Amino acid sequence: MTVPHKVETDTAAAEVATALRHGPLEHRAAEFERRSASGARGVRLREEPFLTQLDLRTSPGSSSAASVADALGLPLPAANRVSGDEHDAVLWLGPDESLIVAPDGRAESLLRTVRTAQQGGSGSVVDVSANRTTLRLSGPMAREVLEKLCSLDLHPRAFGPGDCAQTLLGRVVVVLWQLDHEPGYRIMVRCSFAEYLADLLLDAMAEFLDG
Amino acid sequence: MLLVRCPWCGDRDEAEFRYGGQADVDYPADPHQLDDAAWGEYLFVRANPAGSFDERWVHTAGCRRWFSLVRDTATNEMRPDIPRRREGR
Ligand SMILES: [Zn+2]
Repeated sequence: MTVPHKVETDTAAAEVATALRHGPLEHRAAEFERRSASGARGVRLREEPFLTQLDLRTSPGSSSAASVADALGLPLPAANRVSGDEHDAVLWLGPDESLIVAPDGRAESLLRTVRTAQQGGSGSVVDVSANRTTLRLSGPMAREVLEKLCSLDLHPRAFGPGDCAQTLLGRVVVVLWQLDHEPGYRIMVRCSFAEYLADLLLDAMAEFLDG
Repeated sequence: MLLVRCPWCGDRDEAEFRYGGQADVDYPADPHQLDDAAWGEYLFVRANPAGSFDERWVHTAGCRRWFSLVRDTATNEMRPDIPRRREGR
């Protein structure tokens, strides 16, 4: 506020940057649509680019962790779990590490919220939104598709809505997050591996294309 | 496929891990006091039992944490590490 001109310049620059950016799989949106199928044996793929993602480090059980959870309005998740919903979520990444996920454009306000809550305590929070893009795989056959690429047991008795895991799909590390019973999944993948993963998924989806 | 039990994530495919060699190899208290033979011993010489072996592993494709476990090198049976020995690590 003491340097209003600077603030305006930053805002304008941020708007230009937003207008110019591209999702890593944006050029394949029509192809995803064409190779998705609905119906009882359907499975659909689309990109959800630009989700806000913040990497949170905090000691479990510390007062700093408690005030961060308070400020977010969400408990920090137990191992391999997600707290919240697809709009406001905290994913477990490790014993002292979580991923805050929110819609596009929320990074700055969330950073401020968490840093204020961490003041005087330990921990850190970093904007890693540009690290990964997100693929959304959904439909009755979504689990069958993932099972071709993943060594985890994804049967509902072992993995369900609100569960997440960092694991391998094919040869690439992803954050796998089951959203609902349909089943629908979010697959968060490093931008530079997104094409490879999309190719793998589309190939695994092919058998369901004609019903 | 071997299942390796990450103490944080649970049982996972061995492909998600990297091997870190023998556990409990302490850095020399005063490296400058070691002659070449002793330094070589510290760097390169490891136990090679046919049986129980304390090992370091890292869950690279998961939580990225290092941990120790005890593996039988003859059968690949794995057991959790004994926590008390790992204090301060
Ligand atoms: Zn792990």
